[in-house]
This record gives sequence, C-alpha cells and structure tokens, in this order.
Amino acid sequence: MTLTSSDVRLLHDPFDPAHELGAFTRIHPEAGGVVSFLGQVRAGDEVEALELQHYEPLTLPAMKDLAERVCQRWDLEGLLVVHRSGVMEPGDPIVLVAAAARHRRDAFAAADYAMDHLKSESWFWKREKAGGEWRWIEPREQDFEDIARWG
Amino acid sequence: MHARTGLLSSDEENALSVKLVFLGRLEDLAGGSSRTVPLEPSIDAVLDSLDPDLAKALRAPRVKLAVNGILLQDTDAPVLKEGDEIAFLPPVSGG
Repeated sequence: MTLTSSDVRLLHDPFDPAHELGAFTRIHPEAGGVVSFLGQVRAGDEVEALELQHYEPLTLPAMKDLAERVCQRWDLEGLLVVHRSGVMEPGDPIVLVAAAARHRRDAFAAADYAMDHLKSESWFWKREKAGGEWRWIEPREQDFEDIARWG
Repeated sequence: MHARTGLLSSDEENALSVKLVFLGRLEDLAGGSSRTVPLEPSIDAVLDSLDPDLAKALRAPRVKLAVNGILLQDTDAPVLKEGDEIAFLPPVSGG
C-alpha cells in the first residue's frame, strides 16, 4: 500500500470549502479523481444556530486515526478532513471531506466511509438553538445504521 | 512520583485536586463545563462526593470516561493522582 498524505484539521473559525478543495486538488495532480463531501448547517427547522462541542484530548486524535484507517483501506493519493467546532449559523460549512485517488471508485468509497464514521463516531456533542433556547441533540439511529454497512 | 500516604498536613491535603470535565448535556447538569474537586483515591469516591443527582447522571452506562485523555474500559478503576483530568463523555451526537 502506498503512503498516503492526509490533512486532518479541527477548526474553531469559519472556513472556505472552495478554497480548501482547490488547494487540495492542486497538490494531487496525479489523482484521476477527487470526491468531496461538504456538510453545512441546514436552514429551516427554525434553527438559529448550531454548536459543536469537542474535547481537545480526544477529538482531533480520533479524526487522525480515522483518516489513517481510510488511507489503509483504499488506494488514495490524498485525503482531506476539515471539521468545524464552535457556534455556526445556517449555511455555514461544518465538515469537508475530500478523497483523491487514481481511480474514482476508491475516492467515492473513501469519502463515504469517512463521512459515515465521522458522523457516528467522532467526539462531538451538538446542540441547536431554536426560539432562543439551546437544546442538546441525541445520537441518530440512522447514523448507526449507516456505519453498520461497512462491516 | 512516590506514594504520599498520611505524611501531609491537612492543609496540604486540601490543596490536592482533580479536574472534572463535563461534555454535552452533562455540562448543563453540572452547571458548568468543568470544576475542580478535592482529590479522592478513586473515581467512585469522587462521584460519591458530588451531588447525588449529578453523580447518578455521570454513572449512567452510556457515559464514557477518560482520564488525562485516555478512554477507560468498563473494568478500569484507576488510582487518581493530583492534577488528573477526568472527562465525562455522554453519547456523541455526531459531526
């Protein structure tokens, strides 16, 4: 298995997904395809703000472990994982995952796997503000079903 | 580090503490994201020193614990020492 370079970051401030994706794509010209996923704060549902809380000693190290597993499982040229923490508003980017590979199937699968595992296993606690009140969000059953697909 | 047993004056003993960190909804129950409490030899003893409702929430089966950033397994019962950070981690809600 080739040595893949991964770039994993936990950010406390807003980021520009187009800029990140552009930079990632430029440093991997040998990749025939780049698959990316952008998660953003959903507008509607009367949600005014979303806060992701993390725990410094666990959150970023676990994201790096996940990236390593992804790079071992698929033949990638590069992997990018950028995740926000802190308070965000509707439309703000939350997470950007991009996988660069010589062949597209590896890139699709790696990005899909990385997102499923970020959603269900990452050390983030989420709360939403609606009607001026903050409310903690419990885990979703669907996230556990998504992760079960990978065996 | 050598064991300190009964050699300290009570004032010095009072100064020994551990830091508790409460994540997610546990922060609301605890009334803050962290607090410093007197050192006790075990996590059980620390929990016994807290408000019973809070202790019960922290002992819930789905709440995981980390000491100094290392996740505990179910059977782990570490001996605490001065300055340890104990984090209480409710089920994650995902990224």
